[in-house]
This record gives sequence, structure tokens and C-alpha cells, in this order.
Amino acid sequence: MTPQFLADGLIAGAMIGLGAIGVTLNYSILRFANFAHGEFISFGAYATLLIAAAIGAAFAGSAEAIGPFSFGWGIAAAGLGAMTLTGALALALDFLLFARLRQKGAAITTVMASFGASMALRALLEFAFTSRPVYFSRDLQIAMPIGFGMRVTADQIALLALTALLLAGVQALLTRTQAGRAMRAVAENPTLARVAGVDVDGVIRAVWLIGGALACASGIMLGLIVQIRPFMGFDLLLPLFAAAILGGIGSVPGAIAGALIVGVGEAAAVQIVGAEWRAAVAFLLLIGVLLVKPTGLFGRAD
Amino acid sequence: MTPDVAGLAAYASFFLSIALINALVCLGLNLQWGQTGLFNVGIAGFVAIGAYVSALLTTPASAAHWGGLALPIAAGWIGAMAAAGALSAFVGAVTLRLRADYLAITTFGVAVSVQLVALNAQSLTGGAFGIGFIPRPFESLAERPALFGLANLAIIVALVGVVYVGLERLARSPWGRVLRALREDERAARSLGKNPTRYRLQAFALGGALMGLGGAAHAHLIGFIAPENYQSSLTFQIWAMLIVGGSGNNRGAIAGAVLISALWSASGLAIGALFAPEDQARAAALRIVAIGVLLAATIVARPRGLFGERATVSRHLDKAVESAGTAE
Repeated sequence: MTPQFLADGLIAGAMIGLGAIGVTLNYSILRFANFAHGEFISFGAYATLLIAAAIGAAFAGSAEAIGPFSFGWGIAAAGLGAMTLTGALALALDFLLFARLRQKGAAITTVMASFGASMALRALLEFAFTSRPVYFSRDLQIAMPIGFGMRVTADQIALLALTALLLAGVQALLTRTQAGRAMRAVAENPTLARVAGVDVDGVIRAVWLIGGALACASGIMLGLIVQIRPFMGFDLLLPLFAAAILGGIGSVPGAIAGALIVGVGEAAAVQIVGAEWRAAVAFLLLIGVLLVKPTGLFGRAD
Repeated sequence: MTPDVAGLAAYASFFLSIALINALVCLGLNLQWGQTGLFNVGIAGFVAIGAYVSALLTTPASAAHWGGLALPIAAGWIGAMAAAGALSAFVGAVTLRLRADYLAITTFGVAVSVQLVALNAQSLTGGAFGIGFIPRPFESLAERPALFGLANLAIIVALVGVVYVGLERLARSPWGRVLRALREDERAARSLGKNPTRYRLQAFALGGALMGLGGAAHAHLIGFIAPENYQSSLTFQIWAMLIVGGSGNNRGAIAGAVLISALWSASGLAIGALFAPEDQARAAALRIVAIGVLLAATIVARPRGLFGERATVSRHLDKAVESAGTAE
């Protein structure tokens, strides 16, 4: 077993972490497990692909690779647009479906509705793009040695840096700004927060926007490193939930710690028992944490 | 020209058999969700466990998968219910004392993991090739499709009938009332000395066992199973059946199962007739969208479904009211 699994696990963990933050915020503030979160990831990747193609048609050279990376400025710009679009998709889904159920106060029916929405969105993506995988770039990247026998590509380093930046931004938003304080207040007690003058609807919109944008970033990362297909987000859903529960529901640093554990665990399993059993790791970790410490690493008992 | 009565009978009985097998699974879900409020997103996993256990118990010995114990079909059914029930009891024991969504997430994980084992543990399950030569009831009639189909349909009707009557009795029993009391107001039920986790665990395990029975019945109807039968779209269809039919109502569960199965087959036939073969996979994605929209619309616009739940009270109360009426 070579230490390479640590590098692979870190990268997988970053992708899972970007999605898990949305899941954990959604769960602690809107109070339901959103099964459609995986589709935000897939949608974000396809949206980036389409916007990048449009930019490529309008500006020659936008697809030209920057320095050692496999992507040009076209994909970077498309990513920003797609993050906005994915946030908008999350808001639209909330307006059409979840807001109505929230008014009726049926939390668990909302989970059901999100499962239906997930299925429908995924099937729509399959209809529009077929189930054949697509790629941002077909160029092969050479992995560079970084010591201890580990190798990473330039893309992977750039994406890890970007992830760290996004995570630090979200953490700062939640802990240092008025909006973050309002979000934590709603997570604590929505009724009391409303009475105290917190704009609960604004907080809910912020949760969807942040969750959608980060899921899109996760999708772009997955698309650049692996491939883009309609099931990409759905296959990531169990690791997302496992990471959020492992870290403790509602905790952003916890979600990231959980994601890194799931990511490294998966990468280790690939080396030890084989890639086909990768998906079982998230399930075993989930059962383990529910048996031993259901509140997770950073969670509080409620 | 005489209409092909035998062919029509064979097709109709096959369709109804499939629809009623779905109804079995849907009745299991109704016990879990409709009566008790337990959310299962891994139905396909429990159905798969039932199908695989029954297949491994009843097939003749084979080198392509574990065993093949060549036991009678009834033993397969019982084994399927026991295995799926035991798995449900384990999942319930881990999650039922926690927040409701944890059960949903864990059952989802069960479905993913069962799919993974079915696909990859080739020496146990036959892997992607699945398991063939599963014995079918009335195999000797297979030469006469209409009679064969009707005989198999009769078995499945009998299964659904027994399960339906049993569940109706349970729903009216003190046990069933405790389940609904827990669903509606856990604190009140707890204050009357009812242990919520124990009752929920029993309902969840029994519902899971019925899903396993449905899986076994399906395996013995078709005679062949493979991992791709048990994907999340199956879970999704069963949910649509229960929600559209009316959750909490056993008749609603059966009616919803027949209705959604009919829509599913009809749309499958339409896609086959209307689209060129290379476009059929894409068109098939659209019917999942349609069912998803139907499901979401039912939840928002008509949460009670077609039938809705009827208020059930103790049969002793009816008698008490009657005797009070005659006494006046």
C-alpha cells in the first residue's frame, strides 16, 4: 500500500466536502435531508459544460489551456456562471415544491418530495445529454511527484486550493458576518429567530444559494478530474450524507472533516479491496457513526 | 379472424401478476410509512434481498453462484421474508432511536450496498449475470401459456389476499392503534406507557419482510434475476404507487400499485411503438420524469391520494355503540 491513497483521498474528500456543506446546512436550517442535492452536482457540471461551449464559440482561445492546467479561462468563467445557475435551480425547486410543503409543516414528506425531484431531475439530464459520459478535456495530464511516493496533477492542486478558498469563505461568512449569525439563529430556533426580527425567508434563500453554488463547484471538480454523467451526483449522495452525519449535522468544519475521512477511507479501500467496493465505505462509516456516536464528531445532542 | 384469447389471457395474467407483486411490496411500505410514519428509501434493497435469498435457496446446485440448495419454493418465500425482515430489524435497531431522516439515509445506504454486493460478490450472487433457473410454480404447465399464467396469477392473488386480510386485522388490533398513536403524537402514546422504539421496530421489520416476499414472488414468476432489477427507480415506483393510491390505506396501496403498473407498462409499449430503437433509452428517461412529477404533484395537491386513510377504531367500540343504541 503506497501513500498515494492519501493524495487521492484528499482530492475525493474535497469534492465530497463541497457537497456535504450544502447537505449539512440544509439539514440544520431547513430541517430535512435533501435527496436532490446530488442532482445539483450533476446539473452544475453540465451547466458549466454548456456555458464553456458557448464561450468557446464566442471567443476563440477561451478553451486554450492556461499554463500546466487542462482547462482555459472559458471553463473558469463558465464555472462562475454555472454556480449562479445551480443556486437558481435550488431556489426554483424550493419555490415550486419545498416552500409549499414547509407551510404545511410536513418535514418527512419533504424528504419524499426531494427524492421525487432527484429522480425527475436525473432523468431529465439523462434525456437531454444521454447516459454516455462526457469530458471537459480529453488531454492527458502528467502527474507530478510531490514526495513520499505521491503524485498529483496540476489540476488537482488548483482545485484543492480553490476548495480551501471556498471553504474558508463559507466558514467566515457563517462565523463573522451578520448573515451568518442570522443563519445560525434560524438553525437554533426558527420561531424565536423570526420573533427577534431575523429575515427567515432570506436565510432560507441564502442556504439554497450557498448549497447550490458549492454543489456546482463539486460537480465541476468531479467533471475535470473524472467525467460528467447524469448519475455522477446521485452516486456521490451516500458519501455526502455520511460526511455530514460523521461530522455532526450543522457543523461546516465537521462536514469537511467527515468528507476527508470518507474520501481517504474510499481511497484506502480502492487499494486494499478493489475499486468495485469503494461505495461500501461510506455506508460502513455511516452505520459505524450511528452505532457509536450518532451526534457525529462536532455535533451537539438535540 | 378469431381473437387470440389464449395469448390475451397469458398477457393479462402476467401483467396482473406483476402489478400484484408490486402491491405486496407496496403493502409492506404502507405498514412502514402509511401506518407508522417510517420512511424507507431503500425498498429496492429489501426486495433484492428477498429475491436473492429465495433464488439461492431454491435453485439447483450451480457453479455460477453460491449453493443452489434446491429447496421447495415455499421454503424460498419463508427464507426471503426472514432475511429481509432481519435486515430491516437491524437497520431499525440502529436508526429508530435517532432523528427520522437518519432512517431514510440509512435505508438509502442499504439499497446502494445490496446493489454493490449483488453486482460484485460474484461467487455468492452470480454478479452481473444474475441467477437463472429459478423454479417457477406449475412449471409443468409452461407449454400452455394461458393456463400457466392464470395458475401463477392465482398463487399471487392468494398471497396478496392473505397479506391484505392479515394487515387489515393488524391495523384494527390494539397493536395497529398503538402504531398510529405513535405516528400522530409520540409524547401522548409514550405517556400511556407504550415503548415507541419497540413498536416501530416491529412494524419496520414486518414491512421489510413483506418487501422480501414480493422480491421472492417476482423471482419465482420470472425465473431469472439480475442486479439491474433492483435500482432506485423501483423504490421510486413503489413510493409513487403508495402516495397516489393513498398512504395509510391498504386498498389504496393495492389500487395504486395496479394503476402505476398499468401506466408504466402502457408507457413502455408506447415508447416501443413510437420511438426508433436508438432513441428508446432517452424516451424511457422521460417516463421517470413523468412519474416524478406525478408524485410531487400528488404530495402537494392531494396528499391523501386516491383513497386516503379511513379512521379505524376498535371493533369493540362499534359493538358498544350498537348495544348502547339498542338499549335506548
